Amino acid sequence: MLSHEEKIEIEEELKGAPFKRAASIDALKVVQRHRGWVDDQGLKDVAVMLEMTPSELDSVATFYNLIFRRPVGSHVILVCNTITCWMMGCDSLLKRLTERLGVPLGATSADGGFTLLPVPCLGACDQSPVMMVDGKLYGGLTPEKVDEVLKEHGWKG
Amino acid sequence: MEGLNEKPLTALMRPDKAALSLAEYERAGGYQALRKALKLAPVEIQRVVKESNLRGRGGAGFNTGMKWSFVPMDSDGTKYLIANADEMEPGTFKDRMLLEGNPHQLIEGMIISAFAIVATEAYIFLRWEYALASERMSKALSEARAKGYLGRDIFSSGFSLDIKLHVSAGRYICGEETALLNALEGRRAVPRAKPPFPQVSGLWGRPTVVNNVETLSNVPHIIANGDEWYRGLSRSKDGGTKIYGVSGKVKRPGLWELPMGTTIGEGLKLRCLIPGGASTEFLTEEHYSVKMDFDSVMEAGSRMGTGTMIAVDDKTCPVGVLRNLEQFFAQESCGWCTPCREGLPWVEKTLSAIEEGRAKPGDLEVLEMHGTSLWIGRTYCALAPGAMEPLRSGLKLFRSDFERHIKEKGCPYKAH
Repeated sequence: MLSHEEKIEIEEELKGAPFKRAASIDALKVVQRHRGWVDDQGLKDVAVMLEMTPSELDSVATFYNLIFRRPVGSHVILVCNTITCWMMGCDSLLKRLTERLGVPLGATSADGGFTLLPVPCLGACDQSPVMMVDGKLYGGLTPEKVDEVLKEHGWKG
Repeated sequence: MEGLNEKPLTALMRPDKAALSLAEYERAGGYQALRKALKLAPVEIQRVVKESNLRGRGGAGFNTGMKWSFVPMDSDGTKYLIANADEMEPGTFKDRMLLEGNPHQLIEGMIISAFAIVATEAYIFLRWEYALASERMSKALSEARAKGYLGRDIFSSGFSLDIKLHVSAGRYICGEETALLNALEGRRAVPRAKPPFPQVSGLWGRPTVVNNVETLSNVPHIIANGDEWYRGLSRSKDGGTKIYGVSGKVKRPGLWELPMGTTIGEGLKLRCLIPGGASTEFLTEEHYSVKMDFDSVMEAGSRMGTGTMIAVDDKTCPVGVLRNLEQFFAQESCGWCTPCREGLPWVEKTLSAIEEGRAKPGDLEVLEMHGTSLWIGRTYCALAPGAMEPLRSGLKLFRSDFERHIKEKGCPYKAH
């Protein structure tokens, strides 16, 4: 069941859409905003509102990198691993992050606190290497600064 | 303002990197070009922009006014203008500055451009990760609506327009204009067959123009000062200035607005440059006197692309560079056509094998074969050919590095 808030927000997105399916990505984002990810039941309920079949909507959901169809941690860390950041040392950041969180890239820490994901070029190449936590950009990073960022987001290592 | 005559796009930007406010923008002459434009005939705006020789800043370099001229002007019904703000070409960070630093410049450019093709609905297609840009654009759009720059009957001209902000959910292919249209329609962002071109049948089957953020940000200045002034800003045949960028192994990475056709710069102690995002061929020392404009870089055997260069020094392994690039392209292939979906992972695996000392005889031939079979005309869109541009040139320029990796069974750059 979609919550009352979710329904209202999706209806708001539908108002501006020339056709219902045009709101599909925004509607999925509404569910993700409330639940952290898009679960199967949530997907089915959104499909009903958009007059799409669940598999049609899932084909959209699974296409986009930032619609999560699996649970994620309370904080999502996106680490740029594309060319400029690769040259400027993103591997050392990834090493530090996987050590601190105890999980490989693509996984969620045991306490459910952090999900670590790679992301293509964040368009901040003048500040390489960079990463993003919950939508906030951090540049000019070193392994030491990574620790500070983790602490800022409640990491207690 | 004096700086506006040299750096129209960036002269007004605040040193503290806050967004230029609406009041600041208006004080510097902002939205005056819109007032002027609405008194002209749409086809006259198309003509001025075409004559200005503004070429698309998304990377392809097509003449903007020409692109607009393919929109049917006698058709009834909705037409669309879309700003492509899905900046995701690796090494490219110029549109971010324009979106964050001067949102009203883009909005004014969009209103004028929409009027030029008589589009009554417009979208900004923004990548999700540009959260600050999203916040600033939303605010600027509300301000523009409140002031009557957007909405019904703008300045009593009879022309109405609204601009909606669409925040995408992340995929490189969304930057391809027909894939972008599918994304806006709430579909998987796979590219569409061309023809029909979007100008005839685009969003929801209606005439649509998709322009890059930097392209659209130029339009108010062209209308305010004329096509001759705009051509005069440049040191080459292409009009205007260009926001060039450098990242990677350089002392001062950053962005600079300079005359179109500025030379790359001599005396750089670099192995090579990737001139305009990941999908362009390498340039080496002999090319550093090449003018950075669309035609000159093409003559040098590459493409200017987005004009944001990635600098690679001689301590960086070129095989590693290519592996990283192809990993990106393999991941971001939309999977719609077979050569791209199957070929790019094969290329990535082969490069990984070479880099990690597991190369097999014939691996270089496998890479060369892909350079042909994923080339222009063999795939649905430009993604795979773009991925082959650095690979093809890398195989030529860094042949000895490849051979050393194979002979020494590993990466010689990692040894020290």
